[in-house]
Amino acid sequence: MSTLDVDVHGVIGALTIDVRFTVSGGAPVVIVGPNGSGKTSLLMMILGALAPRRGRILLDDALLFDGARAVDVPVERRRIGFVPQRYALFPHLDVRGNVLYGVGGVRGEERERRARDVLSDLDAGALAARRPTELSGGEMQRVALARALASQPHALLMDEPLAALDVSIRRDVRRFLADRVRSLRMPTVIVTHDVADAEALGGEIVVIEGGAVAQTGRLADLAAGPQTEFVRQFVAGRAP
Amino acid sequence: MTVAAAPARGWRERVAAAAWRAALGVLSGALLLLVLLPIAGLLFTSSPGRLLRGLGDPLVGPAIRLTLATTIASLLLIVLCGTPLAWVLARQRGRRWRVLETVIDLPVVLPPAVAGVALLLAFGRRGLLGPELELFGIGLPFSRAAVVLAQSFVAAPFYVQAAIAAFRRLDPDLILVARTLRASWPRVFFTVAIPLSWPALAGGAALSWARALGEFGATLMFAGNLAGRTQTLPLAIYTALESDLQTAQSLSIILVAVAFALLIAIRAGSRR
Repeated sequence: MSTLDVDVHGVIGALTIDVRFTVSGGAPVVIVGPNGSGKTSLLMMILGALAPRRGRILLDDALLFDGARAVDVPVERRRIGFVPQRYALFPHLDVRGNVLYGVGGVRGEERERRARDVLSDLDAGALAARRPTELSGGEMQRVALARALASQPHALLMDEPLAALDVSIRRDVRRFLADRVRSLRMPTVIVTHDVADAEALGGEIVVIEGGAVAQTGRLADLAAGPQTEFVRQFVAGRAP
Repeated sequence: MTVAAAPARGWRERVAAAAWRAALGVLSGALLLLVLLPIAGLLFTSSPGRLLRGLGDPLVGPAIRLTLATTIASLLLIVLCGTPLAWVLARQRGRRWRVLETVIDLPVVLPPAVAGVALLLAFGRRGLLGPELELFGIGLPFSRAAVVLAQSFVAAPFYVQAAIAAFRRLDPDLILVARTLRASWPRVFFTVAIPLSWPALAGGAALSWARALGEFGATLMFAGNLAGRTQTLPLAIYTALESDLQTAQSLSIILVAVAFALLIAIRAGSRR
């Protein structure tokens, strides 16, 4: 079973990040926490866009970061797929071009086929010729996910994948996403602020407050024994 | 508490309003005239036949060819070196880089005569690089290369500033996502940054080219005014003025037309 091991310490502005957790394929880890608690900084450290001061990041048997041994693999060689909050589709490329961007190691027809397959797996095959500006929020999310998966990453990070969506479609997209993420069998980390997302995605929840892990556990554990005011509010569906 | 009713508009207020409108009209009209009258003078004090005859002067052909060749060379130099420079500057935070950015802007506000002296003191025979250049038998002042250097010196900031602004407007998530898709930095630069910034880059290049076309002072001091060798259009106009106003006028109209066309292109580009 494939795993992502994260153990990072770093200072970002006034915030000290100190987080440790493990994700394995098949059960996503959901990260929650108040605004400014360091969730995005943590994602940036895992991706390689921010350098931790100390710690270790291990993906399967590949060492991505090790402060003690001065190992810091650059973003483009970490093989971690990323779906940012507002999806960041390349506006100058159509959907096909967006998905093809990360398809490497194969050429010509094989390359096209892989992009087509990933798109149709996500029910987005019909969108191939569209421009990002012609897509709905839910479609953009599927294309962003397809683009990340087409590069055959070994782990996947998603930052608030549902926050940019209309409330009316959020429920359907959430179910779709939860379904897909579980079937990926690769370590997946999802940041959210919505208890409904955490519930649908299942798996372990890591609560981050002030840059450090405040509590971990399944949603039921958190609900049974909330250890901070934020967790109490979060499980009640009232997180800010 | 009682509220006083607004008094009826008295004659004093009407006079004040009329005076305000008159002041706006006179002051803005004065500046408009100041800009429009010289242009009108250029365009309407001659006839098409005489303008064409003015272009027959032997100064004209070489000056036009030289201006095209040198400004295109300057533009290539500016774009080729200015784009990477802007990319580096746009991605740096920190005071030293801010200072560097300001220094690059300096030629915009520098008097042209100062630019000429500065270029001579850098690349002239007794300048900073003089001995090194002499060692290789390179004499820059009063050469075509000097024309290109003078134009590039004064025109580069326009392009570099436009490019820095364009690169700063890029969504950082686009760059990060491209890197997670295993794109190297060169690939990110050529397939994400440049395609998304190119309308702004083209606008900056057009502005830069317009500035290079009009370069006069620094060229005169650093490259001289040698017909067929360093005499660009603005210098040819200056030379013609001493003997034949008609030729000066004809050449000026060409430059006005080109400048106006560039301005329209830049505006159209920035609206996109």
